[in-house]
Amino acid sequence: MLDTITAIATNNIGIGAINIIRISGEESFPIIQKIFSNPKIIDSPSHTIHYGYIKDQDQIIDEVLVTIMKSPKTYTKEDIVEINCHGGYAVTQKILELIITNGARLAEPGEFTKRAFLNGRINLLEAESVEDILESNTTTQRNLAINNLTGKTTKLITELREQIVGLLANIEVNIDYPEYTDELVITKQNIEPILTEINQKLTKIVNESQNGKLIKNGLKIAIVGKPNVGKSSLLNTLLEEEKAIVSNQSGTTRDIVEGTIIYKGILFQFLDTAGIRKTTDTIEQIGVKKSEQTMQNADITILVLNNNEPITNEEKQLLEKLQNQKHLIFINKTDLPTKIKIDENLKAIKGSTKTKEGIEELKEQIIREFKLNDIENKNLAYLTNTRQISLAKEAQKHLKHIIEENQKNVPVDILAIEIREVWEKLGKIIGEYYEEELIDNIFKRFCLGK
Amino acid sequence: MKYEIIVVGGGHAGIEASHISAKKGHKTLLITMNKKNIGDMPCNPSIGGRAKGIIVREIDALGGLMGKVTDQSHFQIKMLNNSKGPAVRSLRAQVDKITYPKKMLEILNQTPNLTILEGKVEDLIIENNEVKGVILEDQTKITSEKVILTTGTYLNANILIGDENTKGGPHGEDRSNYLSEKLKTYGIKIQRLKTGTPQRIKAKTIDFTQMQEEKGDDELWTFSCLDEASYNPNDQQKCYLLYTNEKTHKIILDNLEKSAMYGGYVTGVGPRYCPSIEDKLVRFKDKERHQLFLEPESLYYDEWYLQGFSTSMPKDIQEQMVHSLKGLEHAEISKYAYAIEYDAIDPIQMQPSLESKIIKNLYTAGQINGTSGYEEAAGQGLIAGINASLSLENHPPLILKRSDAYIGVLIDDLVTKGTKEPYRMLTSRAEYRLILRHDNADLRLREYAKEVGSIEEKEYLNYLEKKKQIEECQKYFQTQKLTKEGKEILSQNHIDIPKSTSYNNLLKRPEITISLLEQIKPIPYPKNIKEEVEIQIKYEGYINKTYKEVEKMSKLESKQIPKDIDYQKIKNLASEARQKLEQIRPISLGQASRISGVNPNDLAVLNIYLKKEYNKEKGENQLQN
Repeated sequence: MLDTITAIATNNIGIGAINIIRISGEESFPIIQKIFSNPKIIDSPSHTIHYGYIKDQDQIIDEVLVTIMKSPKTYTKEDIVEINCHGGYAVTQKILELIITNGARLAEPGEFTKRAFLNGRINLLEAESVEDILESNTTTQRNLAINNLTGKTTKLITELREQIVGLLANIEVNIDYPEYTDELVITKQNIEPILTEINQKLTKIVNESQNGKLIKNGLKIAIVGKPNVGKSSLLNTLLEEEKAIVSNQSGTTRDIVEGTIIYKGILFQFLDTAGIRKTTDTIEQIGVKKSEQTMQNADITILVLNNNEPITNEEKQLLEKLQNQKHLIFINKTDLPTKIKIDENLKAIKGSTKTKEGIEELKEQIIREFKLNDIENKNLAYLTNTRQISLAKEAQKHLKHIIEENQKNVPVDILAIEIREVWEKLGKIIGEYYEEELIDNIFKRFCLGK
Repeated sequence: MKYEIIVVGGGHAGIEASHISAKKGHKTLLITMNKKNIGDMPCNPSIGGRAKGIIVREIDALGGLMGKVTDQSHFQIKMLNNSKGPAVRSLRAQVDKITYPKKMLEILNQTPNLTILEGKVEDLIIENNEVKGVILEDQTKITSEKVILTTGTYLNANILIGDENTKGGPHGEDRSNYLSEKLKTYGIKIQRLKTGTPQRIKAKTIDFTQMQEEKGDDELWTFSCLDEASYNPNDQQKCYLLYTNEKTHKIILDNLEKSAMYGGYVTGVGPRYCPSIEDKLVRFKDKERHQLFLEPESLYYDEWYLQGFSTSMPKDIQEQMVHSLKGLEHAEISKYAYAIEYDAIDPIQMQPSLESKIIKNLYTAGQINGTSGYEEAAGQGLIAGINASLSLENHPPLILKRSDAYIGVLIDDLVTKGTKEPYRMLTSRAEYRLILRHDNADLRLREYAKEVGSIEEKEYLNYLEKKKQIEECQKYFQTQKLTKEGKEILSQNHIDIPKSTSYNNLLKRPEITISLLEQIKPIPYPKNIKEEVEIQIKYEGYINKTYKEVEKMSKLESKQIPKDIDYQKIKNLASEARQKLEQIRPISLGQASRISGVNPNDLAVLNIYLKKEYNKEKGENQLQN
């Protein structure tokens, strides 16, 4: 049986109004059942379209339309699910990731069409035109994708693979040359710290991958400022909908309100914070603490100042605190007379939530801060990243399983089978994998034979 | 004289090939340079070992001789990796180098339809790219329908000791001077390979008290699934472990340029897995000592094999080297270590049936195909014999899949990837090793053997009986529940089972074994049956995962590629893929997928062509005809 594949079916991610994600294969229905708001969708008649939400456990990712098409009357002759989601880069990526996490594999370029003819669906004429596309697509694209990896990541993964292949070669030597007792014998006890170390390194690679993080979470943006400078108004203006509670009385926004927009294909996730100021109100204090936490958790913080008021000591302290992290300053209420005096060197965007002045510039500055213009324009970069991240995550999943199984006393030689999968997955990330590699390593690292 | 099948060479491949052909009722001639060397073991005095031991079991399951004769001629046997997982266990036996060939010759002499002839084959009778027989050194022509070449290392062999270079095969035997030249003229590609063997030492000059004993198992084992073990475990011979030391290393490093390898006298490619001692020292500079083993060669003469000390140093240096070892200070070397260079064919020119792609009805097996090892040779010989016979009977060849047997992995690797060094089977070559186990070789292969007629009825019935017992034993484990007493016994072993549950569920736990459950009460099945079922229960998850992968692959394996396909006609194949496909001519999409340089898109393109275009062209051709 062919495995289940998925990919974004529409072109130019982040530019169109909607994107379509396609899943094809036996697992398509079980997957959509897990991530769609109405699990009964799979009992509906074939070739019907359904409204609902894509969710990651309880968290709603997007409002979507889902089409289900049952085998064999589909493009690939397999079960197909198509998700029409909003056109943002990050949302689409997030849904794609979710599908992969739930068991599908990212399709190679042209793979749906390949399936179509593998399953005998397409005639020769159609097939030939597809072949041309395939011909131009894969090899160069993959090479480019691999070249796009930073030297640092490549180095990290290469080192990790070195460590794994050393372990594997050792296990294989223990199996094939048990009489060579001078060699270290890998056991349940001594493999554990090795596996844990590999797992830590891999987790670090996954977590530190900046682009990966953006794809997964979008940008987390904190909006801070002392009460009543217009934080909630700014958020609302950005969101262009009434999500946060807005009032003139200071301190009403106690809870962090999340809101998301997609700007130039990137998911902006705003974390509204309670006004940061010294307060005796206990509920308010929780809010302040949370704000500070939020700042720490955010990828970037927008400090909102009031054009109509002189800067306070509290605000000065806040500015100092922000020096150690990515931040922007937004001076609000330029529709009112200027009473604020700030350092000329301080780069600030001036504007007004009332007149919408400066809002566009603010969003643009965020994109610039993260150099996201580059990503948006490179279809290639996103392919690479999703592919790499999903490979790394698969490797992580295997590694976790191996550690669990080791604790259950599963023999090391059986664990080796799965360790090899981790090693191969990592090899695919950097495009380094050849069949004889393990055998080469066995004899490179160990000294055996008649 | 007219034979159906001629086998050239009486080594391990030739034995199995000629025996199975004759057993299947075909008039067979085995030509050997020397009858005394039939079943000869020119290198290590052992059969089996990791992966190789499983090959021996597979040979046995398919009706071959190696397992049965090993059972009759070993003086020590061990189950390797008994403490590790079940997928990596296998038998290794120390075999008597006199008894083994003797027993083998007895069996061959008694095999109906089989004639043995001493002679040297120098050419083949070839007409229109088809082999019709062989020509001996004295120009005698013997015709046959099939020829199987199992010439081992004898093609153009050179023996190297230091800068001494002698023309000849192992044991100073004559070599075959012209055959490989002739093969070249018929279009067969020849490559030069190299291997080596260590010193033999006179037993009475060895001080064994300086070495560590290595004993056989107390438990009785047999390679053949029909044999009952008939030896006394206490009568087993010991092997010995010893180490190189600083002095040894100094001698070797000081004289490095005198070795054939480092002195540049060798042109053949040596195997990575079989480095000479000088190689080991150069590559592993920091290692303070290297393990060596002394193994007896026979009960009938007193030579011991010094495993791990293979070298191409000149004789005087070898003397110094051996004498530097603890316990061998006064040792007498009866045979010096040597390297041997020989001609082998490029295995890519073979079909998976082991028939040549270049010359019809010509089969090759064993070291001539670029492999190393008695077991690898015997496995191929058996398949070549079976397939030559099947072809005479107008049946399709037996092609074992990678998921069927190590023999399948071996042949698929050879014909798909070729080899640049003598190919040795290793566990890591088998991606489905969890289902290619020692214990289930008969379960995997008996049906094939029955189908191709390579086993006797009683062997098949024995397999059916085993299968039946396994099913019964599975049911027993499913229905048998843990009793109160059982719970107590388990808790004495620090295992607490809160609820009564089936043995089947209990056995899924790594800490619960059959022997533990038998403390409660005996389980009424033979040991091998119980073990088989235990493995199936304990590793069910992993085994099922393997089967799933096999199933995925089998879809591609079952998509056959017709023999007459013209890759030039397929548009859009990448040029590297086209070239490789042209060269290897895989039999299925599965095999094609394993060729390096053929990527998934090439496969898809190929698939489409097969589905649509190929048949269309066929149709047109038929109309024109």
